[in-house]
Amino acid sequence: MLWPHMSNPTQTVDPALEAVSAARWRMAILVAFNKPLLGTPLIPGLSIGMLLGVLVIVAAWVLTWIYVRWANTHYDASLRGLRS
Amino acid sequence: MTSAIGEPNLTAIAFFGLFIVLSLGITVWASRRTRTADHFYAAGRSVTAFQNGLALAGDYMSAASFLGIAGLVAVSGFDGLIYSIGFLVGWPIVMFLIAEPLRNLGRYTFADVVATRLRQTPIRIAAAIGALAVIAFYLIAQMVGAGNLIRLLFGLPYEAAVVIVGVVMLAYVLFGGMIATTWVQIVKAVLLLGGATILAGLVLMRFSFNPLALFEQASATYGPGVLAPGRQVTDPIDAISLGLALMLGTAGLPHILMRFYTVPDAKTARTSVGYATAFIGFFYLLTFILGFGAMVIVGREAITKVDAGGNMAAPLLAEVVGGTPFLGFIAAVAFATILAVVAGLTLSGAATLSHDLWVNVIRGAHASEREQFLVARGATILLAIVSIVLGITFKGQNVAYMVGLAFAIAASANFPALVLSIFWKRLTTAGAQVSMITGTVSTLLLIYLSPTIQIDILKHAEAWFPLRNPGIVTIPLSFIVAIGVSLLRPVPSEERRFAELERQLHLGLD
Repeated sequence: MLWPHMSNPTQTVDPALEAVSAARWRMAILVAFNKPLLGTPLIPGLSIGMLLGVLVIVAAWVLTWIYVRWANTHYDASLRGLRS
Repeated sequence: MTSAIGEPNLTAIAFFGLFIVLSLGITVWASRRTRTADHFYAAGRSVTAFQNGLALAGDYMSAASFLGIAGLVAVSGFDGLIYSIGFLVGWPIVMFLIAEPLRNLGRYTFADVVATRLRQTPIRIAAAIGALAVIAFYLIAQMVGAGNLIRLLFGLPYEAAVVIVGVVMLAYVLFGGMIATTWVQIVKAVLLLGGATILAGLVLMRFSFNPLALFEQASATYGPGVLAPGRQVTDPIDAISLGLALMLGTAGLPHILMRFYTVPDAKTARTSVGYATAFIGFFYLLTFILGFGAMVIVGREAITKVDAGGNMAAPLLAEVVGGTPFLGFIAAVAFATILAVVAGLTLSGAATLSHDLWVNVIRGAHASEREQFLVARGATILLAIVSIVLGITFKGQNVAYMVGLAFAIAASANFPALVLSIFWKRLTTAGAQVSMITGTVSTLLLIYLSPTIQIDILKHAEAWFPLRNPGIVTIPLSFIVAIGVSLLRPVPSEERRFAELERQLHLGLD
């Protein structure tokens, strides 16, 4: 959980979000402390860093989509339950 | 190569004229729908998730990220991309965290949320100081950027450019309020995404639609170093500090937070963040192509000759692959970008001055609809005049650091208080107030003591504070101060009201 003191009736921060967060920080830490690794070319024109860059954006897309879907169906349904 | 950049470009002026006419048409249409304060500040809560997603993406894709990141990639390769990725990935998480609470707890400004269960007057004053500081620095950077950009692209005098931006933006906000501001932002986002897509397509056409061939060519011409992190990221702590300020700062920028009030409910707010993430991610994938495309097709030397910072990389690329008419189109889009962002900033500034300070502090929340509306419009005119004056005053100054400063203040002054007020029941009025003031003051102080001001601008031999981006110090400091002050002097009545806040947070006001 990002906010351990949050006392919500339902979980609002799902694992998908934490995964994006983790991906982002892994990237930042790699950039900060392991420059040679990121520069390693996989095939001509594509270094590990470039590939990771694209993957981080794609991961943000996929995980955001999963979160919105989850929240729009499950989370909202349990809110409706609370309301009534 | 010879370039038409810097000379009056007929196509650019025609496209820009077209954008002005279209956006003023939108403003006229919007002005008929702007009758109450709710319309003026929040577009009558009628914006759909898709529309708000485009508008959020438009706010996010400022001139700095379109021209700046493409230029950065063209000049320094992979290092430039770190900024796009750093900009993007933290954003959806933070936005999901605050979008729904904002929508459910507030009406027009983020101070509404912080003040929900705390004392109105001290919270609103402290929040206004932070918000106005962010808006002022961001406005200065945008106005000076507009002046320089128009001088470079259209050959118009600097002062004329600043006045045009100020007056057109005033028309949008004054008459069309949030409805016009949102639609201008949507039109601009579509133009920017469309223009960048066509530009990337024209680049890829030369590499038989294989981006890897483009990257390979870049590394063959400029060395494999362009595909690896290099000299830009020399100080990892400074890089992380910048990343933190950008990520949390976007969640503390008043004009972005205000967008969540324009949608009908929390679900729409959440879905709009999803759309925005999709658009922004796509845009940043394009910057890979645009940046390396400019590096290979235009060449680094030609780019830095026109502008040492590389900011003209995308327009130059447009000229080479699409000719002068396409340069004109891209130039007009870049200008439209600045207009749309300053309109949003001005509207959020007007909301702070009139809704937070006038209505809630001076009039004790007792102001008629008519009075609210009048004060909001008065504040808009005041802000437009101030931004024109500031734009002209700062002519010729290096203001690039002011964007960073605006984000750092937003991340340190606004974000901690906002998050704690939503998620931590022990937060007290004094805690929030001291945190917001500390965030603003400590950021200003540390930027003043940083190498950016001390060495680059004041030409001193060394700087007292080593980092160019103070976020890594000031953001935790604001959190610690808020928590410390709240724990030292607990206020049980404010803590008891947290249950009511939580109910409203999840279920809305109804």
